[in-house]
Amino acid sequence: MRNTIVSLISIVLGLIAGGLLMLFIGASPIEGYTYLFQGALKNISRIGDTLATATPLIFSGLAVAFAFRTGLFNIGASGQMLIGGLAATAVALTFDLSRPILLIVMVLAGIIGGGLWAFIPGLFKAKFNVHEVVSTIMMNWIAYWTVYYVVPGYFKGEFLETESRKLAEETTLRTPWLTELFQGSYINLGLFFGVIAVIIMAFIINKTTLGFELKAVGFNRHAAEYAGMKVNRNIILSMLISGALAGLGGVALYTGNASSMQIGILPSQGYDGIAVALLGANSPVGVFFAALLFGILYSGTGFMNAMIEIPPELANTIIAIIIYFAATSVLIHRVLNKFRKTRSNSNDVDGPVGKKGEA
Amino acid sequence: MSYVVEMLNIRKEFPGIVANDNITLTLKKGEIHALLGENGAGKSTLMGVLFGMYQPEKGIIKIREKEVKITSPNVANQLGIGMVHQHFKLVENFTVTENIILGSEPLKGMVLDIDKAAKRIAELSKHYGLNVDPHSKIEDISVGMQQRVEIMKMLYREAEVLIFDEPTAVLTPHEIEELMKIMRNLINEGKSIIIITHKLKEIKAVADRCTVIRRGKGIGTVNVKETSTAQMAEMMVGREVNFKVDKKASTPGEVVLQIDSLSVKNNRKVLGLKNFSVEVKRGEIFGIAGVEGNGQSEIVEAITGLRKVESGKILLNGKEITNIPIRKRIESGIGHIPEDRHRRGLVLDYTLENNMVLEVYNKPPFAKAGLLNGSAIKNYAKSILENFDVRSGEGGASIARTLSGGNQQKAIIGREMELDPDLLIAVQPTRGLDVGSIEYIHKRLIEHRDKGKAVLLVSLELDEVLQLSDRIAIVNNGELIGTVIASETNENEVGLMMAGVSKERSV
Repeated sequence: MRNTIVSLISIVLGLIAGGLLMLFIGASPIEGYTYLFQGALKNISRIGDTLATATPLIFSGLAVAFAFRTGLFNIGASGQMLIGGLAATAVALTFDLSRPILLIVMVLAGIIGGGLWAFIPGLFKAKFNVHEVVSTIMMNWIAYWTVYYVVPGYFKGEFLETESRKLAEETTLRTPWLTELFQGSYINLGLFFGVIAVIIMAFIINKTTLGFELKAVGFNRHAAEYAGMKVNRNIILSMLISGALAGLGGVALYTGNASSMQIGILPSQGYDGIAVALLGANSPVGVFFAALLFGILYSGTGFMNAMIEIPPELANTIIAIIIYFAATSVLIHRVLNKFRKTRSNSNDVDGPVGKKGEA
Repeated sequence: MSYVVEMLNIRKEFPGIVANDNITLTLKKGEIHALLGENGAGKSTLMGVLFGMYQPEKGIIKIREKEVKITSPNVANQLGIGMVHQHFKLVENFTVTENIILGSEPLKGMVLDIDKAAKRIAELSKHYGLNVDPHSKIEDISVGMQQRVEIMKMLYREAEVLIFDEPTAVLTPHEIEELMKIMRNLINEGKSIIIITHKLKEIKAVADRCTVIRRGKGIGTVNVKETSTAQMAEMMVGREVNFKVDKKASTPGEVVLQIDSLSVKNNRKVLGLKNFSVEVKRGEIFGIAGVEGNGQSEIVEAITGLRKVESGKILLNGKEITNIPIRKRIESGIGHIPEDRHRRGLVLDYTLENNMVLEVYNKPPFAKAGLLNGSAIKNYAKSILENFDVRSGEGGASIARTLSGGNQQKAIIGREMELDPDLLIAVQPTRGLDVGSIEYIHKRLIEHRDKGKAVLLVSLELDEVLQLSDRIAIVNNGELIGTVIASETNENEVGLMMAGVSKERSV
């Protein structure tokens, strides 16, 4: 509850700051935001595009949040997405299977690829105490260069060296009834996978012994060890699951939203996942809504730029400001405390005696 | 009569709680004044008011007979009030001098004048008998020495009034004596001291007067010389306190724990425990006495599986457990009340309910096919918390972090006893707790013994080991010096053995 309020306040403050920026460059914030939200939600097709934009963010946000609940900082969602996407693309371009089976194999390949890419840093962390921030960033670049090598070497596009061959429509996550329903939007099955992932993750975290262990290790690994939990196994497992989520995000990004892979690009959605997780307070449902918000901001910005002279970078700026406020949520907590204080007409809410709960 | 500090009728409220209600405390120049009270009685709040961390709702503070408003710790410092916190605030990889000058660095032109500061620190150290080496690094010196660095910080800033917050909680008996000597030196040099504590023995040893508070109310100020420890304890708790531990003679049965020539490495990768052998039997409390860091942690961690064994064997009920996983050990009947309840004992961000099933969450009825059963967990936790009188704001749903230390400890003990282990390892079970809680915990440990289970007690408080144990093993430098029967020994004998003087008497 508290976290939700903090996130909402961060969003409002971010939007206000964005409005001030619009004023500063001489545009009307009301108009700007109207076009921004129109661009994202004006008609059914745009809503579809917005949802599709949000889909990879749901996955990368979940990936970061899941690792974070176990006390791990997975910065490598980008690389895991790349490998997941590459594996799925490779499957789609190589095997000639019936559509349902092909999709299942693609999804599995993406999960395994992403999972493997995070499993390695997890293993290093558990065995040699290599910090996962360092190793996941390094894995990002290994993924980057792997794609750089594999795509031109084995899946070269017809016209461009820097792109893989285009996937045939029936080998992507796009599906006719969904495209029709959203009037030609590039929305695809990835969104459903995303919703399922949110539900599964919420279930694991809150209802299972596995979630109990992972959270215990995240909060206090010494106590977890004391209680007989296998700390190292949980670290590896958590990274594996986190990477699998990101890998699935890669499948949605490269074989759903797009239909080919370009070389020389680390998907920014991986890093945005950190922001999504932060704004969503690491809870699965929070991540879902934070990803939707980012989807709105990203997909509406083009329309806004076309209608009035506000540069598209503004969406990024607003997101950055929102993240800034969410990251400094301590400040918001403090303001909330102060607010409560003046209401109850007493101070020092966090005094030592008040905290002990032993009146 | 001149008072350095007068706190008159102080009242301080927190939402829902009156932490200090009409408390008066006066400090004479050159006296050691003890502030006595149970955990949560309001001692720290009162000192927080004096140190400028809280603003009182009512009451007057006078420093050297002048009324003052202390709005922040900086103001307190300027008024000559210094505080030695319970948890030291030192930079580990800085030298003593660097730590002391931190915040008020002496300059020579544009650069630091470390030498000048070091010289002054050496002088101060000599003057007050602190024996601090200005050039050693904090990480290389003992806890007792680190505390002196904290004291030195105050002296360097020319504090006249020194507040010590539970200064002996982290010290060995020898260090405590040294600290008392230092305190006496300080008052001889004209400083005045307030010491926050709930250890009556120390008050008796060092303090001149003592102000007692209970549940936020000032109970009174007494002259320590004219008051017995029992009287002070009664003032503090509000009822008569039984200092003597009541227990029947033990009836030891078969061996539960057998440790056979055990060697274990310590954190510095050298042998911290060498060739150690003991046996612990059913129906006895087996104490381990020794100065901190002489192998106790290694023994406990080797038995519980938190540390690897180099050589030797550990047997529980005749079965070897030397290398089996921690969970298996718990399942085969080892309960462990860990030394550091925050680091090992609790997941502080978990609810009490979750903490109560920390070791059994994956077993029926708490889990089935990997799914947690919330209501079973809730009921189980509720019965432990009621049974062990754990007080918290929202019962089992409270976050563990919000409980007081005493209640956290009671919760851990409850959790471990509920598993009814054949061997209960209790490490410093009453560290930092007040008299009431200590009495209670001692009672429960003896009950466990009387059920025919074994208790392995490791404590740095010699009194506790002597009173509770049936047999005592003394360790020094990682070696077993000897084993004595508690009823046939005394503090002197054990104290000597703790220093490494072995005795030709083994049981």
